[in-house]
Amino acid sequence: MLAAFEWHILWQRIFHPDHAFALALWRTVYIAVLAQLLGVILGLVAALMRASRLWVLRVLSNAYTLIFRGTPVIVQIFYVYYGANLLLGVTVIPNDVNFGVFQMSGAAFAGILALGINEGAYMREIVRAGIDAIDRGQMEAARSLGMTSGLAMRRIVLPQAARVIVPPLGNEFNNMLKTTSLLAFIGLTELFQDAEIHYSQTFKPVEYFTAVAFWYLVLTTIWSLIQARIERKLGASDRADDIPFRERVYAAWSPVGAWARR
Amino acid sequence: MVPRWSLGAPMNDSAVVMRAEDVHKRFGRLEVLKGVSMDVRRGETVCVIGPSGSGKTTFIRCVNHLEKIDAGRIEVNGTLIGYREHKGKLVEDSERSIAKQRTHVGMVFQRFNLFPHKTALENVTEAPVQVLGASKEKASAEALELLARVGLADKCETYPGKLSGGQQQRVAIARALAMKPALMLFDEPTSALDPEVTGEVLSVMEELAHDGMTMIVVTHEMGFARHAADRVVMMDGGVIIEEGTPEHFFVAPSHERTKQFLSKIL
Repeated sequence: MLAAFEWHILWQRIFHPDHAFALALWRTVYIAVLAQLLGVILGLVAALMRASRLWVLRVLSNAYTLIFRGTPVIVQIFYVYYGANLLLGVTVIPNDVNFGVFQMSGAAFAGILALGINEGAYMREIVRAGIDAIDRGQMEAARSLGMTSGLAMRRIVLPQAARVIVPPLGNEFNNMLKTTSLLAFIGLTELFQDAEIHYSQTFKPVEYFTAVAFWYLVLTTIWSLIQARIERKLGASDRADDIPFRERVYAAWSPVGAWARR
Repeated sequence: MVPRWSLGAPMNDSAVVMRAEDVHKRFGRLEVLKGVSMDVRRGETVCVIGPSGSGKTTFIRCVNHLEKIDAGRIEVNGTLIGYREHKGKLVEDSERSIAKQRTHVGMVFQRFNLFPHKTALENVTEAPVQVLGASKEKASAEALELLARVGLADKCETYPGKLSGGQQQRVAIARALAMKPALMLFDEPTSALDPEVTGEVLSVMEELAHDGMTMIVVTHEMGFARHAADRVVMMDGGVIIEEGTPEHFFVAPSHERTKQFLSKIL
């Protein structure tokens, strides 16, 4: 019965969010961004390891993907948060992390690690597909000019692969924004947990979680606009290569940059 | 252009730039090279002809170690390519030293393989800057000279996607020359081109040959072989079956297989 739905709660959560909510929103965003960044770096490393001549590196890379794609994220989050210090015997996850101007809780730190490591396993496949999409002749030409395969990868193959990698990377980040909600289970007050706190006090789950859904939608919508812009800029490259890829990436991000500098 | 090796690099036989001895190569069970030996002297242009599958492309890919070899040895300027001697046996060299050896051997590919994310000029300056550690200014100045030499001075800032096949291949030649190689390898450089633009690439190559560059050219262009080659080598079934001057080849080839092959394509 819709009559029982208390609209004023929803409006309040959407139009007059409180300070705790703003903090929760900010946590969701920075955790997603940092975890994605970590995921891209790990994915790149794992993809390069997979292409290595040393079998040990190839096996490690494969095992990494197998394990982190094959087990639930929530289990990985618990494992990192509760298990890292215990199993490794050193303090991997401190109670508080302080980077001078930037502070975060141990849970946020664990969350970034866990989500980033999980994401890396998926990014490995995306990076690999991007590298595989580049014609073998590019590597041969680079090597025939005296480049080592590392240099050729960095200067010739990866810049071209980036074009193939960016669209699926955008999808991954969209997913990441929403997956951060699982960090509520290790006590991190992000968007989902913030709503949970309110609902446990008021027993109005539908109102509060509708508001949460709305805010996730806002985040993913903003992201998809940015992503569309990036892809449009990159897509133009296939037709005309008059602007270097690097400059096109800058151009695609320019409105975000301008906003951030304000 | 002064090749780097001419500045006092040690050589056993000063005239021989490339020496291949009894080179064998197999892909799985298929033996592609069954003992190829060849000497190329400084300033010489050698055209390698033969039917497809005869191993001519595989052979020149072995010369800069894009392919490993199973037996025999290849030397450029007296330096063993791709391998080092260890207790009387040949073991594959480290990646770094193979890369260094390749800087002395330029290669032009059938499908150009220009770097599409870089301008024509950047394609030419990339390796001198990144591999030889040349300054950007010096590399650019030399690249401009090379692009002018292949008739593309006005295309410096153009990306490969906007160039015709013939123009791309000329940029690729300039890119290889920028390393000042002792030897240039051409792998069917005009096979992927429209007939009307093969001429512009071949004339650049002819000029290069006249300027004294040492070249090995795998080609089906018999006109080029006739004009520009000092020596023509005919390969078939993974071995060299005949070699000689262009006059010998195109007037009176001695081998039956050569006669057959030439009669088909001339």
